[in-house]
Amino acid sequence: MASKSLLDRIALFGRSGLDVVQAMGRSLLFLWHVLVGRGGAGTGVHLLVKQLYSVGVLSLAIIVVSGLFIGMVLALQGYSILVDFGSEQAVGQMVALTLLRELGPVVTALLFAGRAGSALTAEIGNMKSTEQLSSLEMIGVDPLKYIIAPRLWAGFISMPLLAAIFSVVGIWGGAMVAVDWLGVYDGSYWGNMLNSVDFYDDVLNGVIKSVVFAFVVTWIAVFQGYDCEATSEGISRATTRTVVYASLAVLGLDFILTALMFGDF
Amino acid sequence: MSVEDTFAVELKGLTFRHGSRKIFDRVDIRFPRGKVTGVMGPSGCGKTTLLRLMAAQLKPEQGEVWVNGQNLPDLSRSDLFDMRKQFGVLFQSGALFTDLNVFENVAFPLRVHTKLPEEMIRDIVLMKLQAVGLRGAIDLMPDELSGGMKRRVALARAVALDPDILLYDEPFVGQDPIAKGVLVRLIRLLNDALGITSVVVSHDLAETASISDYLYVIGDGQVLGQGQPDDLMNSDNPRIRQFMQGIPDGPVPFHFDAPDYRDDLLGGR
Amino acid sequence: MRIRAVEISVGVFLLLGIVALLLLALRVSGLTVASSTDTYKLTAHFDNIAGLTTRAKVTMAGVAVGKVVSIDFDTETYTGKVVMEVQRQVNNLPTDTTASILTAGLLGEKYISFSVGGEEDVLVDGDIIYDTQSSLVLEELIGKFLMNTVNQE
Repeated sequence: MASKSLLDRIALFGRSGLDVVQAMGRSLLFLWHVLVGRGGAGTGVHLLVKQLYSVGVLSLAIIVVSGLFIGMVLALQGYSILVDFGSEQAVGQMVALTLLRELGPVVTALLFAGRAGSALTAEIGNMKSTEQLSSLEMIGVDPLKYIIAPRLWAGFISMPLLAAIFSVVGIWGGAMVAVDWLGVYDGSYWGNMLNSVDFYDDVLNGVIKSVVFAFVVTWIAVFQGYDCEATSEGISRATTRTVVYASLAVLGLDFILTALMFGDF
Repeated sequence: MSVEDTFAVELKGLTFRHGSRKIFDRVDIRFPRGKVTGVMGPSGCGKTTLLRLMAAQLKPEQGEVWVNGQNLPDLSRSDLFDMRKQFGVLFQSGALFTDLNVFENVAFPLRVHTKLPEEMIRDIVLMKLQAVGLRGAIDLMPDELSGGMKRRVALARAVALDPDILLYDEPFVGQDPIAKGVLVRLIRLLNDALGITSVVVSHDLAETASISDYLYVIGDGQVLGQGQPDDLMNSDNPRIRQFMQGIPDGPVPFHFDAPDYRDDLLGGR
Repeated sequence: MRIRAVEISVGVFLLLGIVALLLLALRVSGLTVASSTDTYKLTAHFDNIAGLTTRAKVTMAGVAVGKVVSIDFDTETYTGKVVMEVQRQVNNLPTDTTASILTAGLLGEKYISFSVGGEEDVLVDGDIIYDTQSSLVLEELIGKFLMNTVNQE
């Protein structure tokens, strides 16, 4: 096969750029139809509940365990750094602020993308390739409303809750390490934290972040599944794309949101 | 008898493109009511696209799709929804909903289109499953069924609302002879007993020819031939003959496009 | 039945999430549910409020007694107008109380500290504090220090 000339490579690059833009357009239309488009034949809360289970409840384990470990590590590392400045009593506020502002929303989003996001993509892709989505259409049910919408809403609702649980578990895990193991005063850990953590600036901003992340991650996961090539190869590629795109999007948005919220503009 | 009565489905002047390729170019196909019509052709000729156009999953660029006296592209969303009660579609893989059991799968169209009470739904589901011979599998999940059984359950689901028209997308692919025999019998039985119009899209020559009352062979965006299965077998058209008799080299060539053989061997790379 | 178990676990999950949010709000960030009827407003004018933000603490003897609710520029007096909400229980501030903008730690955030005066009358809702001490701006301090050093030579 003849090697590609530079011009060919540029053309291919340009075409893939156009493909990306086209895909983004498709995903926007997709989102519109799912959330807003003319209502279909009965959706129903029971569908949402089922999805909340598979997306939210089943992610609890990984979130709680990760939150616990990250909180404990934060306390350990924080202590070892602060003790040089004689400020080890401030470890409580360090753990809390780090978790609430950054690690809670971001790590939850990344874990969610990997666990629930990829599962959603694979499930929907599989439904597409076994023609279940077509069957639904034939019977007269809009798959966007019946299959996709409940999963989307389940993600929007679950992820912020998971992020809150992550932060709580992390803070209490950090307390375990700091107070019970490293000897930080219980009063200092919680007292310094209470003084320096502001509900609006820290907790609420963290919640806003996780809501934004929830939206982006779930949207990407669900769209990749719906848009994938209906073959097993296509599904596995789509699953990888979900994790990669969602992770990059979360990290990029985190920078933008942090700059807006804490950057003092 | 009006034309509408003779033909359940009529495609007039149908044109459809996929990307730059013309899949159908002003094609006219008619499916006689109450009969089994086969649609055959080489791979990629658009057989599945035809089904999707008939079931209004796709919209034609030009042309009309008349089903039971209504032109599908003209219908409003709610009319189209009502229209779907008249169709049953059996997909290649059965396409059962993996998170519902056999009972719920067959009951699904009933729940969507009717407000029948639970006892009635249960009775109807039992009857349909009995017709396909799977009443005993009623509580199983799809992943507990074999491929052939999945297709039979899907068939029960397709006839749940007693449709007028049944579309079969490659029903015989990958089935062992017994399963094929079962399907052939069911297709014929349903057609004759319920007066359904059946359209079987397939490239399984023997089975399709054996159950079809009428046959269409399509390819290159056109209808290559139509008629009784026996007539087509002995057709003059070389393309039809190559397909029907399974000749390896003919209008569809054996060799993929390549430069001259000698040059390739001697030239080296 | 299967479906019941699913619904129950979803309910528990949602409950856990809400409890987590509540914990974060109350136990971690110390959000108080003080309604505005529990507080009264006081205003103070500063020449320089540099670094003070809304929701900054208002303290007295180191104890938090209120918070800053708004900071505006007063076009008539060319000063910064700071409105504070003080807890109703702290109702014995004399009218010559001083409000100073201090820094928590050497480079920390700014807050307001009240020091008592000696007057008999007390401040009530809507009163203005006249004795104020502006925020210390580091550059001015350094400038003063340099000026003094130069003057001594």
